[in-house]
Amino acid sequence: MSTVDVLFKPADMINTLKENTAALVNPPVSSPKMSAAGLNFFYGTKQALFDISLNIAAQKVTALIGPSGCGKTTFLRTLNRMYETLPNTRVEGQLLLEGEDIVAMDLPKLRRRVGMVFQRPNPFPKTIFENIAYGLRVNGWDRKMRLEDVVEASLRRAALWDEVKDSLHKSAYALSGGQQQRLCIARALAIDPEVLLLDEPCSALDPIATGKIEDLLFELKDQCTLVIVTHNMQQAARVADDTGFFLMGKLIEFNRTKIIFQTPARKETEDYITGRFG
Amino acid sequence: MRRLQNGDEIAHLITLIFATSVVVITLLLVYELALNSQLSWHKFGWKFLITSAWDPVFDQFGAWPFIYGTLVTSAVAMLLAVPFGVAAAVFLSELAQPGISNALTFLIELLAAVPSVIYGLLGIFVIVPLMRRYIQPALKSTLGFLPLFQGAAYGVGYLTAGVVLTVMVLPFVITISREALLSVPREQREGSLALGATRWETTWKVVIPYARTGIFGSIFLALARALGETMAVTMVIGNDPKVHASLLAPGYSIAAVIANEFAEATGNLYLSALIELGLVLFLLTIVINALARILILVTTRKGTEH
Amino acid sequence: MTFRDYRRRVVNALMLGVTGVCTMMAVFVLLFILGYLVVSGGRYINWDFLTKLPNPVGESGGGMANAILGSGKILLVAGLSGIPVGLLGGIYLAEFGGGSFSFLVRYAADLLNGVPSIVMGIFAYAVVVLPMRHFSALAGGLALGVMLIPVILRSTEEFLRAVPRSLREGAFALGATKRRAIATVVIPAAIRGIATGVLLSMARVAGETAPLLFTSFSNRFWSSGWSEPTASLPVMIFTYAISPYDDWHRQAWAAGLVLLGLVLFANIGARLILSGKLPSLRKG
Repeated sequence: MSTVDVLFKPADMINTLKENTAALVNPPVSSPKMSAAGLNFFYGTKQALFDISLNIAAQKVTALIGPSGCGKTTFLRTLNRMYETLPNTRVEGQLLLEGEDIVAMDLPKLRRRVGMVFQRPNPFPKTIFENIAYGLRVNGWDRKMRLEDVVEASLRRAALWDEVKDSLHKSAYALSGGQQQRLCIARALAIDPEVLLLDEPCSALDPIATGKIEDLLFELKDQCTLVIVTHNMQQAARVADDTGFFLMGKLIEFNRTKIIFQTPARKETEDYITGRFG
Repeated sequence: MRRLQNGDEIAHLITLIFATSVVVITLLLVYELALNSQLSWHKFGWKFLITSAWDPVFDQFGAWPFIYGTLVTSAVAMLLAVPFGVAAAVFLSELAQPGISNALTFLIELLAAVPSVIYGLLGIFVIVPLMRRYIQPALKSTLGFLPLFQGAAYGVGYLTAGVVLTVMVLPFVITISREALLSVPREQREGSLALGATRWETTWKVVIPYARTGIFGSIFLALARALGETMAVTMVIGNDPKVHASLLAPGYSIAAVIANEFAEATGNLYLSALIELGLVLFLLTIVINALARILILVTTRKGTEH
Repeated sequence: MTFRDYRRRVVNALMLGVTGVCTMMAVFVLLFILGYLVVSGGRYINWDFLTKLPNPVGESGGGMANAILGSGKILLVAGLSGIPVGLLGGIYLAEFGGGSFSFLVRYAADLLNGVPSIVMGIFAYAVVVLPMRHFSALAGGLALGVMLIPVILRSTEEFLRAVPRSLREGAFALGATKRRAIATVVIPAAIRGIATGVLLSMARVAGETAPLLFTSFSNRFWSSGWSEPTASLPVMIFTYAISPYDDWHRQAWAAGLVLLGLVLFANIGARLILSGKLPSLRKG
């Protein structure tokens, strides 16, 4: 080891540390699709989210992981203001969609741009065709296109078209669980959202159906920004570009997935990843 | 051990006897109705149901005016009660705060406990004058070109009876539909809201269709109630054993004629005719109840969940 | 916002208003009924009304004491005949039953429940009045008693079934016979619900008029014993309401208020019992 090494190496280490620390809060991103800053969330008097700040990169997959009850789903549901269906909830802080304040936005408009897929498939008691067409009928669609064509395009995007093209007018409940979930994805995609929120979309499905949906997510992210909450760390590692680790309502760490899983900066993250708890 | 077994066996036997008596009473009821209508049935046969003559003096009895009146008043009640009732149920389950919803539902449930004769009291002294002085003339002047709204405005009649019936069956439609709507899973609503639909669009296009079985059930139940309702109808229908096209005209219903004439019916044929009317009403309500059951069975079997 | 969005917002707000109005109309009706009864009938409830017999036709004054007592007698007969059948039948279905016979019993009860009340009157007429050759409190009570059966049967069965298995098994494990377990553990556990069922169905038949019109009929004097025509509150209300006398109309309102008051009192009481707010009926 030369004198140069002794003199300069620690500085290098300090710089790397500084970079990583900066990356804790703001992974380098050109301009985020969605962002939260100083977000606090309350169920009545009980606080569920504490000072959350993160950026969601456009056309990437962002995963939110953490043990049960850590607030990741609560956070996800602030992104399309789904919490407003519950009484007595309150949000403080900033939530932006491409720089615009979400809370001040017109609600149906927000939800057209930010779609959601739920934990358990929830198709409506209608035919497959009518399920997809629902969002279009409600919000209107580009009248230059035929409704049938838009429905077909959505089903193709969700990789479900070949399986259902001959039974579009059968009840959606005739499909298997995995198919129903892809139907729900197609339904959400039909209105062409910029962001798609997925709340543990595979937790009610078998491994094969899960695999199909994970493949789907890879294809979708080119067209759409994806935010996925998952219990399954392996899934996050496979699928996500960025990952955020939540614990007890706080965002412990947020960074490129590789960094989170290989060189996490915080001990809590490392403990969770290695299965020491949660 | 002996004593133990005996005690249990006796309990089993006693309760069994009483349970059997329920079946026996039901069978006895049907038997008595059928037996006592024999006279009338033998004399008039099927024509009983379609003849319009009702003349106790000359022993001429035809049930059609009463069947007609029963059907018309019930139809009016359904046409009014269903939209109002389902709308109120929607408000109570989807749009109102839980605290307010429960309080209002409690009050509406109390409405269902009000005795029929009290509705009749209000019918005679409040609704009939209202009809005669304001509502029926208004209907005549606006819709009088229809045969439904012609003739003198007495205040009593098919329409008034229908309106009183509406108030009586409204609580059933409201409370049962509300239950059906409340049982729709949260994910259905959230799925619709997540697609950008408004609260009303979600309610109209997703929640109500999902709950349609329960809502239909409430409608059938209300209908069965309306068909058999006696006192309130008797007090405001006008007691005219003829068929009239106009809703403003007085009429009669099966239950009303039995209530008015049974105690003073002289002659076995007269009595038998009235009892046969009771049998007709009984069968009518059985059919409606059975239809409701079948409907529920069919719609819950279609598709895995729905 | 596009025009389409604007229209959707308007419709949304409009429907909130429309459905709210419909609800308030229903509530309004109830309050109106109560209010009107209180106003029209309240001032005519006096000591005379409650204790005197009706005056001769056409004379004003007099009371409905015989109707109040008569209703009490009829309801007593109804309770004595209908409640045991409903209770014990319900116990059978919940504790001993199973299989197609139970299905038959339930179906019969549902059928009975759907019988229009006037047809129930015809039944009692055929079975009691015809053989006896006159109207009686017995006949009226029987008609009402049969109407009690389905509701008490069903609610007793439901509430007994709702008692958790662990309770029963606890009793068995201590050596109790089935009979003893039911009587000392299961029924007491379900007693609140059962009492509610009984109370509500009694309140319902107390207001019934149609079955009494040609079974217990009516009486302008006291009725002695159980086999005479008996006055009852609902029938009096009906008779007075359709009469041409103003004084009778006033009395009908007063009687209506008394009847409704009792019925609502019973209903609200039943709810309070069920939700456990009346301490005297709480377990243990």
